Amino acid sequence: MSGERLAPPVTLVGPIGWLRQNLFSTWYNALLTVLVGAVLAGLTIQVVQWTVAEARWGVVTANLRLFLIGLYPIEEAWRIGLSLASLSVLAGLSAAVYGGAAVRTLASSLGAGQAILAGLAAVSGLGPAVTLVLLLDAALVWTAFLVGLRRPVARRALALAWLALVPISVILLQGVGGAVLPVVSTNLWGGLLLTFLLAIVGIVASFPFGVLLALGRRSDLPAVRFLSTAYIELVRGVPLVTILFMAAIMLPLFLPGGVRIDQVYRAMAGITLFSAAYVAENVRGGLQAIPTGQIEAAHAIGLNAVQTNLYIVLPQALRSVIPANVGLFISLLKDTTLVSIAAGLLELLGIGRAVLAQPQWFGAHLEVYAFIAAVFFILCYTMSQASYRLETALGVGTR
Amino acid sequence: MTPAPASPPRTDRHAAVPPWRNVRLLRIAGQIVVVLIVAIIALVLWTNLATSMARSGLTFGFGFLNTTAGFEIAEGPIPYRATDAYGRAFAVGLLNTLVVSVAGILLATILGVIVGVARLSGNWLVNRVAAGYVELMRNTPLLVQLVLLYAVFLQLPSVANSISLGGSVFLNQRGLFLPRPLAEPGFGLWLTLLVAAFVVALAARVTASRLEGVGRPTYRLGTIGIVALVAIPAVGWVALGAPVRLDLPVQQRFNFVGGVVLSPEFTALLLGLVVYTAAFIGEVVRGGIQSVRRGQLEAAYAVGLRPMQTLRLVVFPQALRVIVPPLTSQYLNLAKNSSLAIAIGFPDLFSVTRTMANQTGQSVSVIVLVMGTYLALSLVTSLFMNLYNRRVQVLER
Repeated sequence: MSGERLAPPVTLVGPIGWLRQNLFSTWYNALLTVLVGAVLAGLTIQVVQWTVAEARWGVVTANLRLFLIGLYPIEEAWRIGLSLASLSVLAGLSAAVYGGAAVRTLASSLGAGQAILAGLAAVSGLGPAVTLVLLLDAALVWTAFLVGLRRPVARRALALAWLALVPISVILLQGVGGAVLPVVSTNLWGGLLLTFLLAIVGIVASFPFGVLLALGRRSDLPAVRFLSTAYIELVRGVPLVTILFMAAIMLPLFLPGGVRIDQVYRAMAGITLFSAAYVAENVRGGLQAIPTGQIEAAHAIGLNAVQTNLYIVLPQALRSVIPANVGLFISLLKDTTLVSIAAGLLELLGIGRAVLAQPQWFGAHLEVYAFIAAVFFILCYTMSQASYRLETALGVGTR
Repeated sequence: MTPAPASPPRTDRHAAVPPWRNVRLLRIAGQIVVVLIVAIIALVLWTNLATSMARSGLTFGFGFLNTTAGFEIAEGPIPYRATDAYGRAFAVGLLNTLVVSVAGILLATILGVIVGVARLSGNWLVNRVAAGYVELMRNTPLLVQLVLLYAVFLQLPSVANSISLGGSVFLNQRGLFLPRPLAEPGFGLWLTLLVAAFVVALAARVTASRLEGVGRPTYRLGTIGIVALVAIPAVGWVALGAPVRLDLPVQQRFNFVGGVVLSPEFTALLLGLVVYTAAFIGEVVRGGIQSVRRGQLEAAYAVGLRPMQTLRLVVFPQALRVIVPPLTSQYLNLAKNSSLAIAIGFPDLFSVTRTMANQTGQSVSVIVLVMGTYLALSLVTSLFMNLYNRRVQVLER
């Protein structure tokens, strides 16, 4: 109890203290640290050695165009650039208007992603035009952000623009015929382009359907409840592959004679039917979180059932299910790989397999699959981090 | 639609309310409209289906299951030849799916618990490695992981240069070679002993918990039961002269003789499913354990429970409550994900039925069959897990 102040023991502070506390606190922790450290070091050395010295990355750089856009004709690739540009502008404006760390993370990673792609395009000889367009698009994100900060855009206009973006992009990519926009057959679509299209169309198209299903499942009309529950449980009980297979084989049979739809649209339909059930379960979670008092209050001021849902319940419920739907989008993005085995489409994994079928790249499986895995990891990790921030920002799930 | 508008005072009985404002009538009308719309859509789809099938000469029916399949299946738990019927081919596919799912669920649970505990470890390195593993697994598609893993398997050394793990397990291009346990003469008797020991242990455990429940001393009956469970089979094992022999795989010039071999396809699929699902189970376990409040632990120590007792009596029962529902959906995911086997050539249910669809042209019947089977599998799994869930849930008033 002397007044003299002693410095804390060396073994409790500083790097040594940290090591002692976090790695060597007990004898079995020390043993564990050494074991795990040894295994980790061994693995890292192997992986780095393979990546740097052994892997033949030529298979990726030489086929980068295929990995990005599949067989989409290069002279029509400006349409992709245009779609990306509108996406970039909208993302930048949203980051400015909505604020929030999560939206900004997503927007800046869109910009960064395009910049990385530009770098890849430059080293793989895709041509300076592609590189330039990608760099311009990346710059657009930040330009739109700065413009949006100066001159705020109406939120409603922005939301409408987002809704219109998907159908307009699909029409633009497909073309309408004629000299300006000749039709680009969907079987030429591929690579990362198709992966994104499938996932985005899937989540956007399934959303209204999923909301209806969720409302139906919580309805107090027995027939409606039964039909919704049956649909949701049926879809959730079977693997996505079987639904995609059904879409590829049976969808044409369900249509009236003479109507044909492309494999890509069949796959989109399959993904939409599938993800609607999962959207419905997410939305149901949001609906359940609405206190009964809100509904009773709505009835008390004379709103009917439809008005109550439209003005009181859904706006609150949908806001709280945004993070869950970002999570769903991430799994959907990963699940698009299944269309390569169920319908033979050339999305990122499908195009990888097609590249491996070329004789000069025979046996480069590890390089191609590792590249694809890395692309997915970067995309999904960024989005999951953004979704995590969104969750914290919205205060969802904090107890 | 969701909330029923609060019923007005019961005036409808007196027909004071016009029918278009009568809530009860409106509800019935609404349901009829919805059912009618669904029925009309179904009817249109069905008519289209019937006409398209008639046009392309397809029929609906399961008669083809009795005709000769005529294609080979690489592996399966029951014998099968190309001359067998489609029905048997279907059974082989189903059994393959069941085997890989059950084995996958068991192994993924074990690995998942380890990962979950590692994520909570105070050891910084272990913690970070587990976190990195979980992120890596969760952010890449399972299908890409599977084909990557299979590509690694195909680059394994040939039989002559097999990788030996401990001298009795070998890994090479042809698959994973494991020792096979073989029954010796006294095996039946030993099995009886094992069952008897199990019964004794169970009886001791039940008695102990009953005594504990009414506050009487348990005379350490639970511990005695566990000792019996270990001791009786061990003594029997020695007395009967080790009634199980291990048939080790022995390397010959071109292949291994003896033991049991798991094909590269099966091993890659099982490993891929286990490693992927374990990451998700790890997060479920971590969430469950973290959901037990710190005060519960402190209270347990305060009333004098020892660390193991705290874990067994306080932490686990409460954590299980949170863990079981998401764990169920992970099990279901694993079973459904086993349908990705087709990408690496393992003959599971989906892969076999797809061949059937291509060969017979009965794609509609086959799709109905395969979806029905997966649905039944999912429902049975949920049923069992829900029963278990009911057991672990704390009764709340």
